[in-house]
Amino acid sequence: MLITIKYFGQLTEITHTNEETLDMLEGTLIYELLETLYRKYNTLKTKDFQVAQNQELVDKNTKLTGQEIALLPPFAGG
Amino acid sequence: MDRYSRHILLSEIGQIGQDKLSKAKVLVVGAGGLGCPVLQYLTSAGVGTIGIIDFDAVETSNLQRQVLFGLSSIGKNKATAAKERLTDLNNEISIIAYAEKLTYKNTLQLFEKYDIIVDGSDNFETRYLVNDGCIITNKPLIFGAIYKFEGQVSVFNYQNGPTYRCLFPKPPKKGSILNCSEIGVLGVLPGIIGSMQANEVLKIILGIGHVLSGKLLCYNALTLKNTTLKINKLEKNIWEVLNNKSEFKSRELLDNCDIEIPEVSIKNILFKKNIQFVDLRESDEKPKIEVLKIINIPLNSLESNLNKLDKTKEIVLFCQSGNRSRKAVSVLKKHHLENCYSIKEGALEINNYIKKHHKTVGK
Repeated sequence: MLITIKYFGQLTEITHTNEETLDMLEGTLIYELLETLYRKYNTLKTKDFQVAQNQELVDKNTKLTGQEIALLPPFAGG
Repeated sequence: MDRYSRHILLSEIGQIGQDKLSKAKVLVVGAGGLGCPVLQYLTSAGVGTIGIIDFDAVETSNLQRQVLFGLSSIGKNKATAAKERLTDLNNEISIIAYAEKLTYKNTLQLFEKYDIIVDGSDNFETRYLVNDGCIITNKPLIFGAIYKFEGQVSVFNYQNGPTYRCLFPKPPKKGSILNCSEIGVLGVLPGIIGSMQANEVLKIILGIGHVLSGKLLCYNALTLKNTTLKINKLEKNIWEVLNNKSEFKSRELLDNCDIEIPEVSIKNILFKKNIQFVDLRESDEKPKIEVLKIINIPLNSLESNLNKLDKTKEIVLFCQSGNRSRKAVSVLKKHHLENCYSIKEGALEINNYIKKHHKTVGK
């Protein structure tokens, strides 16, 4: 199952890309996808962010169903 | 009413809408990059009562994006300087400047006086304070935040909708995310995001269009891609805030806040002896302070450099704005260093003061 992962804000400084596509097994949970990403990007684990699946914020125990995952960090600047 | 004729001509607004605007009361927290465009458009639209709260002073580096200010505003309090400019733009409305910091003590009383709260602050502590204050006083919150080339916009706590705590339940780890003064920001970005915030304010007052409630708009100035994410309401997070309502006023800023942060002014300590000055900024931050003898320890490496501090002296810390130096004092207190103070002025003001008086320093 191909999943497009979008990165926002300072997360793109770790991933060096705004989005990428990963092939994940059916039935994978969001946090399992995150563990895969942490292995790829070590410092991602130290960052605070929320996860959206198909443009909706979801809990990390949610099953991957959608085509698109977004990792969204908070911004403080004003 | 020539001033508002272009609004009145719109059938969606008309004289009825204009009257709604003139009766509305909006408080803008922070007159910085976001606050300036918000204030400018609300003032020119004729919002009847506009409050501005900001404790900070205008610096030259603000002029790149904080469009209400000019050279004549440098050194002035931002709320006061913004009011001066806005009064020139529209003297038919009431503009109230609060030249103070938003704290747990003054938030609820202040928010009660307004219909809508706009968050243009630049740190998480204030953002959670504003959000929780809006939950307790039941006011809609027009949220905007920026990072380098990206912005986030949403309307929280609107007609029973989700709040900032439904999106990000807890503030991030300290120091994990820096603000504009520390990392830089595209000047036009707060202009775009702040204008979107002003637009949400006007739609709410006028009762037209769709309000950005339950959704977070993510804008990227480089790719011009907008992503709108749906936010679900998390009742538990809102209840937690309401349940702690009685303690709200007695809370202090900075989480570890049973500690008082001792602050000093450069004016009172420049000529004192037996002081060690510590610059907490990164090595590329300007202006450099040349005249004084200073050691440089960036805030994030402070704890690993405690041995560089001279415990026989009074340790006086400063940074770009006074934020990091306050944090540094609380860090040092945890390490039982009691004789330390935060300079309340930022580096620019400190440098200007020293330059003015440096001939007499050390004599």
